[in-house]
Amino acid sequence: MRRLLPHPILACFLLVLWLVLQQSAGFGHILLGSIIAIAVSAAATAVIPDQVIVKRPYKLLVLFAVAGLDVIRSNLAVMSVLFHPRPKPTAGFIEMELTLTNSFALAILACILTATPGSAWLEYDRERSTVLIHVFDVVDEDAWVATVKRRYETLLLEIFE
Amino acid sequence: MIADLPLWLSILVSAFVVLGALLTMAGCFGLVRLKSFYLRIHGPTMGTSMGGGLILLASAIYFTVTRERLVVHELIIFLFVSLTTPVTLMLLARATLFRDRVEGQIDVPRRPEKLAPKD
Amino acid sequence: MSVAILEWSLLAAQVMLGLGMLATAYRMIAGPRAQDRILALDALYVVALLLLITLGIRNNSQVYFELAMLMGLLGFVGTVALAKFLMRGEVIE
Repeated sequence: MRRLLPHPILACFLLVLWLVLQQSAGFGHILLGSIIAIAVSAAATAVIPDQVIVKRPYKLLVLFAVAGLDVIRSNLAVMSVLFHPRPKPTAGFIEMELTLTNSFALAILACILTATPGSAWLEYDRERSTVLIHVFDVVDEDAWVATVKRRYETLLLEIFE
Repeated sequence: MIADLPLWLSILVSAFVVLGALLTMAGCFGLVRLKSFYLRIHGPTMGTSMGGGLILLASAIYFTVTRERLVVHELIIFLFVSLTTPVTLMLLARATLFRDRVEGQIDVPRRPEKLAPKD
Repeated sequence: MSVAILEWSLLAAQVMLGLGMLATAYRMIAGPRAQDRILALDALYVVALLLLITLGIRNNSQVYFELAMLMGLLGFVGTVALAKFLMRGEVIE
């Protein structure tokens, strides 16, 4: 089973993607989609050698809900700065220490932070596990770091480690 | 041509489309008005996160109602764009950091020193 | 009534997206350095994709969806290749 389906989550995701793209759930589509999903997820072992272990899958939903709310809030905040006649964002680089080490968790955190308009993940240093982040409108550096740690890092630690 | 929707639905779709376009336009104008590259990097994410999301959601609602079946394949574009833009931006930001450091710009964080090997 | 609301709001949205495309095109032409131009290109294809989606609603046709998806796929590959080139000077290493 492990050899046939090394990445079950990826395979399920690909199957759903295929069915949505075909806009039907007929038997033929499910069959062809399953074949493609299994083949692609098996081929992905060349890129992702370790198995991805998600300890608490339902917490992922919580994570995405929190991220979605944050995206909406920071979109409106950045828009209000940009429509100001003379935009003067107090931007700055922040170096942040992370306790997270799992590379999938780090990838998810990087995508969430970059996808929210107010912050961009620049560089991760694996040796000392710090990350360089550029923040668009930073009022209090320590408070910002504490918010990210409280909102995302604890959740990701619960999910992956 | 545009199909006839119930009034409240057409108002909903219109609001989503206009708000999404407004957010996207704000991001693009930010690209012009902001002064440095690291500031401008925050502009395009507005178009790909909420601006694009709202327009695609409006499209999904519109086609679901007019075609009288569930049309959610806009979700694929949203997933794809919102997953790939961070990747592009991170690559670009790292390339810029690398180039700025090579040129010796002063307002860019230094490259962290390598730690001494532990043994 | 509802058709008119939709028609006018779609027109407004398309004008806004068009202005956004002009802004990114300005940054792409004037951008002081290469990374600014690539960033603008990245924004430009996303806005063009959204403009296609609004065109799809206006013309009540789902053909535009396929175009938009193709644009998203190719735009991503293009900008990633360009960013990679900036970093090392080679596209494939």
